[in-house]
Amino acid sequence: MEKKINDILSEIRPEFDFYNETDFIEQGMLDSFDIVSLVSTLDKEFDISIDGLDILPENFSSIKSIIALIKKNGAK
Amino acid sequence: MDLIFRNKKITGLLTILPKNEIKFEDEIDNYNFTKAQSLKLKKIMGYGSHRIVESGVTISDLCIYGLNYLFNQELLKKDTIDAIVLVTQSPDYILPPTSNVIQGKLGLKKEMICLDINQGCAGYEVGLFQSFMLLDQPNINKVILLNADVLSQRVSKRDRSNNPLIGDAASITIVEKSEIENTIFANIKMNGSGYDTVIIPAGGFKTPSSSTTAEMIEDPEGNFRSLDHLFTNGDKIFNFVLREVPPMIESLLEKANITKNDVDYFMFHQPNKFTLNKLADKLQISREKIPSTILEFFGNSNGVSVPTSISFNLGERLTKESLLICLAGFGVGLTCASLLLKMEYLTFTEIIYF
Repeated sequence: MEKKINDILSEIRPEFDFYNETDFIEQGMLDSFDIVSLVSTLDKEFDISIDGLDILPENFSSIKSIIALIKKNGAK
Repeated sequence: MDLIFRNKKITGLLTILPKNEIKFEDEIDNYNFTKAQSLKLKKIMGYGSHRIVESGVTISDLCIYGLNYLFNQELLKKDTIDAIVLVTQSPDYILPPTSNVIQGKLGLKKEMICLDINQGCAGYEVGLFQSFMLLDQPNINKVILLNADVLSQRVSKRDRSNNPLIGDAASITIVEKSEIENTIFANIKMNGSGYDTVIIPAGGFKTPSSSTTAEMIEDPEGNFRSLDHLFTNGDKIFNFVLREVPPMIESLLEKANITKNDVDYFMFHQPNKFTLNKLADKLQISREKIPSTILEFFGNSNGVSVPTSISFNLGERLTKESLLICLAGFGVGLTCASLLLKMEYLTFTEIIYF
């Protein structure tokens, strides 16, 4: 799951190394449109629909927080 | 706040769209995206083409064109109009009210009410509420509800949050008393503490337009806009919509003692496809029941997006059928409003081009 998410993030913003960063939002690695792209891809790849109310910057700050988010929304 | 209206109906609906069509691809170079990012966003957000008026065209031009079309087609008679309710955020003048301008230019009777309302994304619902209330007067039998905006003129071409989606349009809805008893359930909620979530900061009396307010400034996401331009805090408005709209719809249906399955269509304001899909999922309503095509074909025209969606997606069906429709608007204010009504056997539902 970790690798898959890293691959998705790298496709959206290939210029960053997501594995070695701890706060994507603080570091300016993801903006609001990137998050929209990310949610759309995660929904499709994991066959889920991330709750709109969970689309908050803090849930996209690291690979760990993204894993927690998609698990909360039903990803296996 | 829950509202109830009795014995009112919509009898006709006309949407007026500019002929001038701009495709998303034509403006890609304005934004600081790679082409691949732009095309991906196009798909997710539902960007396509948007309809923009030519320079100098105002809302009164669109409304007068539409009303003259109805007079010429004998779908509406001038002397039957008892009130004009105009909902807009882009009036011809700060004063007088643009509804008076329209009344004067069309030579309508003087024994009537003209009323401008400053509302945006929930403007169709708010306009209907006001029209229903006017119809409680014994001397008012027919209200012409006009929704119109040409806000593209206040959107920066280099603002990727607003420019790809903004659309200009007008609609004319004929609202009358119903001989058949009916009940229209509705609700509305306002949160003025979020007034700056969707705002044009300059140009009013608080901050008059000047050379300073016209200066283009780059925001952290690389958009260029001035204080004279429309600003939307996308994250905040998205969160507001997902937090407020689902419970509002659930409450409306409960008050009306209706299930989601009983509703034929949920005609919602059209901010973008992503938001509408998330709303559908949250409400557990099939995405087909919440049409999200207006942004792709015409752009988001604020309060006109709901009547445009009705005209485009249901069109002539409404002249032959009876459909139970839930309308909802949400956005600037912050405001969210919804209502549940039967739309049936309308005299006309058309789209014309200016």
